[in-house]
Amino acid sequence: MDAASVIATLQPLVPGASYEVGKSVDFATVYVPVDKLVETCQALRDTPSLAFNVLVEVTAADYLPREPRFEVVYHLLSVPNRLRLRLKVRTSVGASVPTVQGVWRSAGWLERETWDMFGIVFDGHPDLRRLLMPEDWDGHPARKDYPVQIRKTAQTYEPLEVTEAEFKANIERDRVKRTH
Amino acid sequence: MAELRTETMTVNMGPQHPSTHGVLRLVLELDGEVIKSAMPTIGYLHTGIEKTAEQKKWQQVIPLVERMDYLGAQSNSLAYALCVEKLLGLEMPQRVKDIRVLMAELQRISSHLIWLGTHGLEVGAVSMLFYCVRERELLMNINELIAGFRFFPSYIRIGGLREDLPRGFHETVTAFLERFPTKIDEFEGLLTKNDVYRRRTENVGVLTLEEAFDWGLVGPIARASGSEYDVRKYFPYCGYETYDFTVPTAIEGDVYARYRVRIAEMRQSVSLCTQALARISPTGVWACDDSRVVPPPKDKVYSEMEALIQHFLIYSQGFTVPAGDAYVPVEGPRGEHGCYVVSDGTNRPWRVKMRAPSFMAIQALPYIVREGLIADVVAVIGSTDVVMGDCDR
Repeated sequence: MDAASVIATLQPLVPGASYEVGKSVDFATVYVPVDKLVETCQALRDTPSLAFNVLVEVTAADYLPREPRFEVVYHLLSVPNRLRLRLKVRTSVGASVPTVQGVWRSAGWLERETWDMFGIVFDGHPDLRRLLMPEDWDGHPARKDYPVQIRKTAQTYEPLEVTEAEFKANIERDRVKRTH
Repeated sequence: MAELRTETMTVNMGPQHPSTHGVLRLVLELDGEVIKSAMPTIGYLHTGIEKTAEQKKWQQVIPLVERMDYLGAQSNSLAYALCVEKLLGLEMPQRVKDIRVLMAELQRISSHLIWLGTHGLEVGAVSMLFYCVRERELLMNINELIAGFRFFPSYIRIGGLREDLPRGFHETVTAFLERFPTKIDEFEGLLTKNDVYRRRTENVGVLTLEEAFDWGLVGPIARASGSEYDVRKYFPYCGYETYDFTVPTAIEGDVYARYRVRIAEMRQSVSLCTQALARISPTGVWACDDSRVVPPPKDKVYSEMEALIQHFLIYSQGFTVPAGDAYVPVEGPRGEHGCYVVSDGTNRPWRVKMRAPSFMAIQALPYIVREGLIADVVAVIGSTDVVMGDCDR
């Protein structure tokens, strides 16, 4: 099933949505307007001729100089119809994408990871916290303007509070103990 | 009468718990022995491989992606290589496809052996680990033979394979394939009818098919719940459609069903390996003939100017890949290993993303273990066969 026939099936189910065929070398790619994303996903899952019952992957790509900057990519799989489909949503910093967790539960962590890595906000996501990076991390590492090699001071607890004199006395005591 | 006061207890399991397969941390909320909620914390093994891959040339990413799912290394590199080849529009010779099938199936056996050993160990069948690691050693030796590296052979490359098969390859693999079916019988003899094992695994961690699909689980976990989805059958790659094999399934959806599915998968893998090995000639082509990607043969490098230039270009600048994106799934030991690659037309990838089956399994873990007993958590984690390197990347 190519992108045009997917769109033809979707158009009457989601009124007012303007889809766009994406270029691809493997399977159909459809650009979805961000405000119709959830309805589109619902229709893709519940229409028997499509029946995309598995959300395989959610990720994003950062095309930095371009605006809008990000493309959120959803890979869908229809086990009954042996079909694959790629949905793309364009977004940028400051904008947000609605969560599709209400359609497929597997979206939870996938969207959380995408937020963690790219800083793309998913509206209505119940638990948008750091997933792979530490909780106190600054920035979103997979963005193209995030440096590849950075130095970050290790998170430690308070340093051991001994004065230099105490430290030396400790060593001396230890040395004396060992020589006896 | 005074009302009995009950409190839930919060218990940290991991990240250094021996049965959490690496560094997974589970925060369990317990009411007595019953699990009220579980919260997995991941990311301890996050090494930013996908970010690193964007700085490397196309071919240099192969060793990186192999380090993601370190038990099923070659299914990662196979997915990545197939994905880049799809963007390049390359078609592999039949011999290369057959060797790739053989490698992928040996890798599946190797990964399932570690799963069986550790899962057995965790539920109390300690000796399983020794038997399984003994057999896995033979597969490691095969890796050493083809690449000199036992864990991450990086043998599958974009455009074919690294080099031709070594001398003695067929004999070594044949010896393993003849020996291994009796070993599977031995493993089954130890566990399949073992009363203690069955009591610990039957009706534990039950997942229905709809739930499995909803959580994005499409590998052996879904097949243990009645799914027949297997990438090798539904979206064949590397010529899997020309092989004769079945996809083992079960309908119970519990830990024991996952055990039976994986054991049966090992038997199917042995059959696939035997078929593939029979097709592979001891010497022959090991790469496609696209001069953009594959360096020219050494004798031409020394005698022809163009070949020398091409050789130099491939090893210094690498090759470019047409702009576009592709997603290619392969059936890895843990389920659908997919690779999503975006190219901007240069000699380095713009974005590499691996679809990690372990990531999905850990996401579903709180749901699978809910209202279960704390002792079952260990059995369930074992049965989902998670690899934290795959999960955290």
